Amino acid sequence: MNIIVVGCGKIGSSVAGQLSNENHNITVVDIRRSAVEAASSKYDVIGVVGNGGSSEVMKEAGVETADLLLAMTGNDELNLLSCLLGRTMGKCKTIARIKNPSYESELDVLKEQLGLAMIVNSEHMAAEEVARLVRFPMATRIDTFNKGRVELLKYRIGPNSRLSNMRISDLKRKYNVDVLVCAVERGSGENCKVTIPDGDFVLQEKDLISFATTPQRASQLVKVFGQHKGRSRSCMIVGGGDIGYYLAKQLLAMGISVTLVEKDEERCEELCQLLNGAMIIHGDAIDDSILEEEGLADMDAFVALTNMDETNILLSLFASKRSNAKRITKVHSLPIDSLIEQLDLDSIICPKSIVADNISQYVRAMENSWGSNVETMYHLIGDEVEALEFIIKGNCPLVGKRLMDLKLKKGLVIACISHGKKVLIPNGQSTFSVGDSVIVVTTRKGLNDISDILA
Amino acid sequence: MNRKAIFYMLGLVLLLEAALMAFPLFVALGYREFPTVYAFLKTIIFCGALGGLMAFFSKTSTKFFAKEGFVIVALCWIGISLIGAIPFVLTGAIPNYVDALFETVSGFTTTGSSILTDVEALSHGLLFWRSFTHWIGGMGVLVFMLAILPKNKAYNMHLMRAESPGPQVDKLVPRVRTTAEILYGIYLAMTILLICILIMLKMPVFDAFCISFGTAGTGGFGVLNTSVGSYTAVQQVVIGFFMAAFGVNFNLYYFMLIGQWKNALRSQELHLYVGIIAVSTALITINIRFMYPGWAGALKDAFVQVSSIITTTGFSSTNFDLWPTLSRTILVLLMFCGACASSTGGGLKVSRILIGVKMVHSEVRAFIHPKSVRAIRVDGKPVSPDVRRSTSIYFIVYMIIFVFSMLVVTLDDFGLVTSFTAVAAAFNNIGPGLGVCGPIGNFSSFSILSKLVLIFDMLAGRLEIFPMLVLFAPVTWKR
Repeated sequence: MNIIVVGCGKIGSSVAGQLSNENHNITVVDIRRSAVEAASSKYDVIGVVGNGGSSEVMKEAGVETADLLLAMTGNDELNLLSCLLGRTMGKCKTIARIKNPSYESELDVLKEQLGLAMIVNSEHMAAEEVARLVRFPMATRIDTFNKGRVELLKYRIGPNSRLSNMRISDLKRKYNVDVLVCAVERGSGENCKVTIPDGDFVLQEKDLISFATTPQRASQLVKVFGQHKGRSRSCMIVGGGDIGYYLAKQLLAMGISVTLVEKDEERCEELCQLLNGAMIIHGDAIDDSILEEEGLADMDAFVALTNMDETNILLSLFASKRSNAKRITKVHSLPIDSLIEQLDLDSIICPKSIVADNISQYVRAMENSWGSNVETMYHLIGDEVEALEFIIKGNCPLVGKRLMDLKLKKGLVIACISHGKKVLIPNGQSTFSVGDSVIVVTTRKGLNDISDILA
Repeated sequence: MNRKAIFYMLGLVLLLEAALMAFPLFVALGYREFPTVYAFLKTIIFCGALGGLMAFFSKTSTKFFAKEGFVIVALCWIGISLIGAIPFVLTGAIPNYVDALFETVSGFTTTGSSILTDVEALSHGLLFWRSFTHWIGGMGVLVFMLAILPKNKAYNMHLMRAESPGPQVDKLVPRVRTTAEILYGIYLAMTILLICILIMLKMPVFDAFCISFGTAGTGGFGVLNTSVGSYTAVQQVVIGFFMAAFGVNFNLYYFMLIGQWKNALRSQELHLYVGIIAVSTALITINIRFMYPGWAGALKDAFVQVSSIITTTGFSSTNFDLWPTLSRTILVLLMFCGACASSTGGGLKVSRILIGVKMVHSEVRAFIHPKSVRAIRVDGKPVSPDVRRSTSIYFIVYMIIFVFSMLVVTLDDFGLVTSFTAVAAAFNNIGPGLGVCGPIGNFSSFSILSKLVLIFDMLAGRLEIFPMLVLFAPVTWKR
């Protein structure tokens, strides 16, 4: 597919890189020559230097033959203008990044009037992900499928957990729980090994396991594992930017008490008016006495969202010493490589990869009519493991077959089958019927159709 | 420095060379030249085994950056030349290995300088291989590999940049691989077109293939001792036109293919290139008119020779060493000018000269308006400071290498004209120079030392100097 990405900042280039790796032809447009050069030497993409809101530049970028235009600059108005050009000059679908919260109520009108295929708000998406983790603090990561009916949880096996030294096939026998472990990460940093385990796999302490479940059953399961923390009642947020604002709003709506620390006094006053019921603290979080003064030790969750990745990491490490809170750290600019993953950061969220995953999910769905039918897609562990959701169509060769009769490829597991509102953890007897949503976790790349899982 | 990645790519290129050597093998088989067949068979087995082992044992990491790109390109070109020379030695056609290496490097770098006194004595298989090396070297071995290898990672742009000629190498389409495919597609189609035309003009089929390879790669190896002089006037003019066509920036052909004729025809580099050819042809025609019975003969030889030299092909339709001094001087100047960027030709490249002239112009203006802010534009687009800087550096490095090479070659005491044009012909990948190494002469009488220096010059000229410099710079290999 021919895709134009306008804006080569952190979000733009990470989207361009991911889509290029998925074999799309990418043209990047940015007014900064250095940004274009950086992106085109890092990824296999072609660059055009110029203003994405000018028709001449967009013509040079090939808007007339493009299938999709992604406007990812930090400027909402420019993004909308680019998308408008894309609509009028070519026949491409358009996705705009809009981040200003004051346009929130206009989004539907904009989408309709400008014919946008999708509006992405990286800050809002990130806040949603954080909110999920705050609500369910045992997980280090939660991805949702099938309109939130199914969640894929990542969970670290703690020191007292019953799961350590447990064979996977014994789990059901001993505790009568229906859980299918889809992926196990063992070791940290460069020694990290990802396995799609079979029944004989023995879990160990500190393993990171991923499993599919429903939101209702999740906390029950973790109780069985012997590490229940209960839901969070209080949360401390450092950094009152857009993500902080969205997050505080969502947490307040869930009835969680919010303490928000922000450095800028003006912004504090603004937040006071926007967020009714939150405790807004003006101060620099790096000054440790503030956090302790505001009761860090008793917090159930601690979220570091400042604009500096380094500050976030330090704050999170500091919080781990002073409290037992669930910690979530935003890392945006630094590459999340083995080094950062070795640090004891609990959960990391990265807005640019959230956006990249969302867009590449849309792109795969767009290819639907051309053969692919992935509904939802997440990268679970770096680039190594993907979780994909498929809907079973009428002509699917799997319909009516039992799972035990199918010969599947290696390196993949069917994590969950949802039939209407019923969510099943599959076993050998499970069958597929038309309309089911199936979640596949795999180390293989480029599965485009559910029938690709057959060997 | 990722040595494993370098070995891996080198191994792949050797495997590719082994595969490509099957063509001359079949030609030799067709002509029942069994010694040549055995020579190629042995070389293919050796080359394939070596390449296979290298690729197999260093497969782990293929991630590399710009410096590895330069080193890979330089090493690959040296590697394929070292092995490509083996058949010449094994058949006994060129018993001395340095001579054989000179001939092969001259082939791959599309130079066309020869150390052979009697070309016609070679077997068909070797003649075909000699010309085929031109075709492979013309568009580049690694670009070819990028086109045929499955899924590539982004870093391969470093390979393309290091191997493709011109001050600024850009992709035509988002993917490196597709770009390489497009370039080779155009190259192949034009070569086949030329072969068909020559065969229709009743040239022997074997000659038509070899001459077309030499023209397409702008190489210049012929199959007859008289180069292209023995072919009919029409055949020579066709070759002349195609030489000029292969010297045009291939990106322009792509623009024409996708229907952007205006973009292609508006190129300032193309205008300058055509202008230089027209003016030089006219001047030489007038200058050599007295040697011919009519204007037509003079015009034909002038055009074929100008086109042959500016594109750095080096075919000769006549012994231009006998021409008047003005004509010979124009030809020597054209040697330095060279063809367009991103073509198969060598030399300084018309686009560099264009940028250079514009830089001089803007510097002169700066004397008159010292505070003026200057931008240099080519085709209406500003030339980035990086390109301007690399262009000036290129001129300087070019001069330095030229001077030192010439100093070494003058040790052979062949006189100033021969020494100067020998280095110019090798460094600009042309082929024949003037004097001893002129169109009817060859390079066999030069000393081993001179030959080695000329081999370096040919490689440096084809790869635009920097890959060779990076390869030999100690700082590259420092841990």
